[in-house]
Amino acid sequence: MSAVMITRKVRKWEKLPGKNTFCCDGRVMMARQKGVFYLTLFLIVGTCSLFFAFECPYLAVHLSPAIPVFAIILFLFVMAFLLRTSFSDPGVLPRALPEEASFIEMEIEAANGNVPAGQRPPPRIRNVQINNQIVKLKYCYTCKIFRPPRASHCSICDNCVDRFDHHCPWVGNCVGKRNYRYFYLFTLTLSLLTIYIFTFNIVHVVMRSVDQGFLNTLKETPGTVLEVLVCFFTLWSVVGLTGFHTYLISLNQTTNEDIKGSWSGKNRIQNPYSHKNIIKNCCEVLCGPTYPSVLDRRGMMQEDSPVFANGEAPSSFNNPIPQTTKTTAPLIPNEHTPEEVKPSIAFASEKSPSSREKSPSPKEEHPPSPKLPPLASPETDAETSIAKTH
Amino acid sequence: MATEFHNLQELRHSASLANKVFIQRDYSEGTTCKFQTKFPSELESRMERTLFEDTVKTLNNFYAEAEKIGGQSYLEGCLACATAYLIFLCMETRYEKVLKKIAKYIQEQNEKIYAPRGLLITDPVERGMRVIEISIYEDRGSSGSSSGSSSVSGSTAR
Repeated sequence: MSAVMITRKVRKWEKLPGKNTFCCDGRVMMARQKGVFYLTLFLIVGTCSLFFAFECPYLAVHLSPAIPVFAIILFLFVMAFLLRTSFSDPGVLPRALPEEASFIEMEIEAANGNVPAGQRPPPRIRNVQINNQIVKLKYCYTCKIFRPPRASHCSICDNCVDRFDHHCPWVGNCVGKRNYRYFYLFTLTLSLLTIYIFTFNIVHVVMRSVDQGFLNTLKETPGTVLEVLVCFFTLWSVVGLTGFHTYLISLNQTTNEDIKGSWSGKNRIQNPYSHKNIIKNCCEVLCGPTYPSVLDRRGMMQEDSPVFANGEAPSSFNNPIPQTTKTTAPLIPNEHTPEEVKPSIAFASEKSPSSREKSPSPKEEHPPSPKLPPLASPETDAETSIAKTH
Repeated sequence: MATEFHNLQELRHSASLANKVFIQRDYSEGTTCKFQTKFPSELESRMERTLFEDTVKTLNNFYAEAEKIGGQSYLEGCLACATAYLIFLCMETRYEKVLKKIAKYIQEQNEKIYAPRGLLITDPVERGMRVIEISIYEDRGSSGSSSGSSSVSGSTAR
């Protein structure tokens, strides 16, 4: 079987490990499961449409035209913050390249010394001192890095995220350092929008009932009932969530730390990141600098892929690119593809990820493939850094 | 035995990668981006300690400037929030501006100081702001002097 290697340029997002979905050629980054996010969109857009259709004409005439105008502004803000939260990089930390991973391994082995055979090696922990408190940094076996303080590995997206708060299915993305303030503003403006719609629904029903009677009102504007139901249930959850996050921000804590109880309890250390001042904490979280993404999603890189001369699909396809998990194209096999479909897909597609188990990357056991251009080569780095500065 | 290189091009084409050193982050002051200024032992034979410390300190200053929480960052934050962050579609954030300055500075340092000594600094932003990667090159002519893991060859044809 003869194979010809073709080199082509691909965007870096196509080669990123992890279980994210990318759209618009790498501009949009989300989690894999987006069903609940569509539900969120549907609820918000649907409820607002009903409000504009049924209540606004009446209220604009009988009360004030400012009411629908303000509702539109609120709606636009909610959508902008929601889309910004969902589509942006939450602060994903790229995995360590092979040299860095082996450098860290060597350091760990040097630190542990000789472990007698049969004994479990000590846990991989690095102690750092932050503001006179000892904080333990854990080693991430998937990403092969010592996680920076406040970072955590999201199992749903399979990425380490900096200042990891939580993975929110409602926005279809992780909430981390880069999109936390958008998430908070989304919940805040959504609370305001929900309260606004709920209040004016009641006002509308009351005003109309005075003229026409309660039942007639409901018959004329059936959307009101739906809106009131949605708003009533949304109110409790979203307002509660906003309150909870306001509390977290004032203490400069993340949901992850709160759930784990990292800074609570007498024998535990105090939060070393808090400024001990509510205003300062809020300002840092909400008005701090806008961190750039360190994942260069739209940068270009070289990729070599084999093209087989004859039509036979290989029985055991040795994948030279171990970390590909392209999740957008439906033809790319992943761990969910049925076994019999895999070989034909692997042959048909340009790049074909192997059916790998969810385990630390097999790269170390793999002999370094001469076909794959080294990601760490200075040329590639210089190219991308020049490309970025333009 | 220091190998002499005159510019970055020569470095790439006539040298082979011998080793890489990774300067780790310094978390003593919190999660702000700051790198350790401890001089790694692998570079002792290659360059002067003061030059290295100057480079790292300047980089730390750049990052501190980017992450400074003060009047300008509040203004940027509030203005951006008022426009529902749509303003970032046309405007560059302060951090991005500083990152450009850093990229230029690193390029300049590589050309003037590091390449002549057979070293190359990689911008930390390409390593997730976790490490400053310094690649150590050996002249291809001198075999057997490469130490540590020579994993990748830096001389792939362009």
